[in-house]
Amino acid sequence: MKLRNIILGSALAASTFMPAAASASGDVNIYSYRQAYLLEPLLDAFTEKTGIDANVVFAKKGLAERLAREGENSPADLVLTTDISRLNELVERGLTQSVVTDTLNDNIPSSLRHSEGLWYGLTTRARLIFASNERVEEGAITTYEELADERWDDRICTRSGKHPYNIALFSSMIAHHGVEEAEQWLEGLKDNLARKPQGGDRDQIKAIAAGECDLSIGNSYYYGKMLQDENQKAIANQVHLVFPNADDRGTHVNVSGMAMTQSAPNRDNAVKLMNYLASEEAQSIYARVNFEYPANPAVAPSELVSGWGTLNRDDLPLETIADYREEAVKMVDRVRYDN
Amino acid sequence: MTQATSSDPAISTSRYTLTHRTGKRWFFGAAATTALVALPIIAVMVLAFFPESNVWPHLVSTTLPLYLENTALLMLGVAVTTLGLGIPCAWIVTMCQFPGRRVLEWALLLPFAVPAYVIAYVYTDLLDYAGPIQSTLRAAFGWESAGDYWFPAIRTLTGAIIMIGLVLYPYIYLLARAAFMEQSPSLFAVSRSLGRSRTATFFRVVLPVARPAIAVGLSLVLMETLNDFGTVDFFAVNTLTRGLFDTWMNLGNLGGAAQIAMVMLTFMVVLVTLERLSRRRQQQYAARDLRDPVHRFRPRRSVQAFCLVFCAMPVVLGFLVPAGVLGHYAWLYLDESWTESFLETTWNSLFLASMAALSTTVIGLVLAYSRRLHDTPVMKALLRLSSLGYAMPGAVLAVGVIIPLAAFDNWFDGLMEQFLGWNSGLLLSGSAFAIIFAYTVRFLAVSAGSLESALQNVTPNMDMASRSLGSPPARTLLRVHLPMLRGTMLTAALVVFVDCMKELPATLILRPFNFQTLATHVYQFASDEMLGQSALPALLIVTAGIIPIVLMSRSISRSREFQ
Repeated sequence: MKLRNIILGSALAASTFMPAAASASGDVNIYSYRQAYLLEPLLDAFTEKTGIDANVVFAKKGLAERLAREGENSPADLVLTTDISRLNELVERGLTQSVVTDTLNDNIPSSLRHSEGLWYGLTTRARLIFASNERVEEGAITTYEELADERWDDRICTRSGKHPYNIALFSSMIAHHGVEEAEQWLEGLKDNLARKPQGGDRDQIKAIAAGECDLSIGNSYYYGKMLQDENQKAIANQVHLVFPNADDRGTHVNVSGMAMTQSAPNRDNAVKLMNYLASEEAQSIYARVNFEYPANPAVAPSELVSGWGTLNRDDLPLETIADYREEAVKMVDRVRYDN
Repeated sequence: MTQATSSDPAISTSRYTLTHRTGKRWFFGAAATTALVALPIIAVMVLAFFPESNVWPHLVSTTLPLYLENTALLMLGVAVTTLGLGIPCAWIVTMCQFPGRRVLEWALLLPFAVPAYVIAYVYTDLLDYAGPIQSTLRAAFGWESAGDYWFPAIRTLTGAIIMIGLVLYPYIYLLARAAFMEQSPSLFAVSRSLGRSRTATFFRVVLPVARPAIAVGLSLVLMETLNDFGTVDFFAVNTLTRGLFDTWMNLGNLGGAAQIAMVMLTFMVVLVTLERLSRRRQQQYAARDLRDPVHRFRPRRSVQAFCLVFCAMPVVLGFLVPAGVLGHYAWLYLDESWTESFLETTWNSLFLASMAALSTTVIGLVLAYSRRLHDTPVMKALLRLSSLGYAMPGAVLAVGVIIPLAAFDNWFDGLMEQFLGWNSGLLLSGSAFAIIFAYTVRFLAVSAGSLESALQNVTPNMDMASRSLGSPPARTLLRVHLPMLRGTMLTAALVVFVDCMKELPATLILRPFNFQTLATHVYQFASDEMLGQSALPALLIVTAGIIPIVLMSRSISRSREFQ
């Protein structure tokens, strides 16, 4: 058993050399559901400005469980998420605390933040319809509802119905039409699919370019990223985008956002970071680097994104979308959308 | 050299005597180790008792039958693929002399270094409708849309079976080859001299003797298949694991997800138990004289060519093609993907993987040897319990690791505050220790399983001789068993090392701040649909995996070749 002690000992020793619990006073610690490389330019700029180091753990699952179990001793100050249901989950589990500052109130519209300051939206991403330039005329489809029309039979591609972005869209359909009608719509959409749901949002655009289908559903920024990528530009140029329901209730949007943890050990630094992320400087980085719509109304989307047209947001409260999540998941199972 | 295949009661009686004299030290040592390793598994079991709501009525009435069907088909398909590639390749390179054999002997392990989710991305990119192969075909034959021709769809159940099979067959290959090499050549010679053909000898003598090792390999393959999420998610194959994550992430029901994990675990336990029951009457001892060389035979030219093609095929499909595509992308995106932190990231991966390889091998040896000394039902149950981590999806296991570690940290912190007025904060959770612990729990099945099956092949006469000459159990282990187990230990350590290099879900959740391994680095781009940017780190995982593969494989062969 001696050898095991040596191993455990050296593992412990090694772990102290690693950036384990970085909780010195000059730090702010982030649990992020969003890719660390997307945060890097923002956090670098923040550090340069304030001298506060920002540390990140990124994972798409399990961070809420980690935070809950670490409890009062958790090193995390902020949680960054990529959709509303994760923010809502943190609030429901009592893992967040209220933050109210003038900067946040001035910079984030009330529709994009929690009424008591338990979370704040940072960017919105619109869920758009992409259509083949070759086979779909401009204006041939203008609403999500039309995706269930028979004329699109065998012509639509989407990613899994269980993906959070689709679940949020389906939740908004339930909120607007009720479960029964939304389920009929989803069945219609499923019947129109050209192939079993698979891959990510970009894969659907690739499938349109390849002629496998004519329409797809996807988040706005993926299209921007494809246009920016030299090797994918030609593919992206074969589709045009549609802002669904622009003329009635508006296009469905989701938020990426932030919340302060209930136990935040570096509260002051975390407030500084929150204020910074809502500032015009940070918001324009979001717009420029990731082609998202800034939450701060004073900041315009990037030139590329503005060129696509004006976004008319569906003003359904984001909490309502989170409330219908479970119903939407079960609906996807009932119509066997993914099978 | 001794060789016996029997269920002779005299042997088990004498082993009992061996047990009787050792006292309880090994037993308690093993029990304590197992308890430690089993903590995360027990934590998940406890979670399963507290679901947020009952998930089953909805599942049963909608998707469960399909999940079960797909899971069963996937496991069956992967079992057939990996056995069909692994056993023949192992036999051919062990027994036949043909050009390229020496290279293939280790090259056959290379696909093991390719993570399943990476090979899935690569082949989708190649074979998809929009990919280069179909585009070229369309251009060449003037086809215009998908309706004009037939091409096998890659994102299907069959596709997932082939992808997973291509990167997991090395488990079978590695363990089968070790078993074939450990077999006494005279066993083969005796069967031949008694008039059996080579084929008959293979099926009637060689394969049954290698069966325990192959069964260990297959159970590892099946467990890894059962909890694979990356590939099935990308290929949209609805398996039980997808249902599990759906319940957890979309329905917010971690308890329900833990219940699904328990169902999967139980299923694996039943499978493994059935396999063991079916050979419980067999007991094989093969204390092989290592000076006895392997005699390879040189078949006809045409057969040699077949051997070469058959053994090269999995290497080409499972390694050369993906490495080639990754290399191409790495070159295209070199400016974007090279960062200065790569050295540190690579070091992190190597460090974690080596520590985990070491700890699983040592703990596995302790457990396997304790069972040899104490072949009681309790000991057997302990050993099985400690091997369950492998049958659980990594992300679920990570939550199971956080629960006891965070509880310990918070308890210790309270204690320190009470007595010293000083806060220790979180000591273990969120450190490299948490990751190494998780790796150990997850991959202990690999080392404990293979060491146990190797020890079973050593006749108890060895122990009895050593013990009667005055060596206590520990010295017997070090002086008698260790030299004989060297090959198996290296193999086990190698498998764990490579597995750890690829491990993703647990690493993501448990890691410290600003901490990257090669796998997490690949993931953050690949999960954002940027294969190009993830190619370079993916190549590094593969390359970093190759070096130990080559070194250890050579060392394993040397330990069996004549010296």
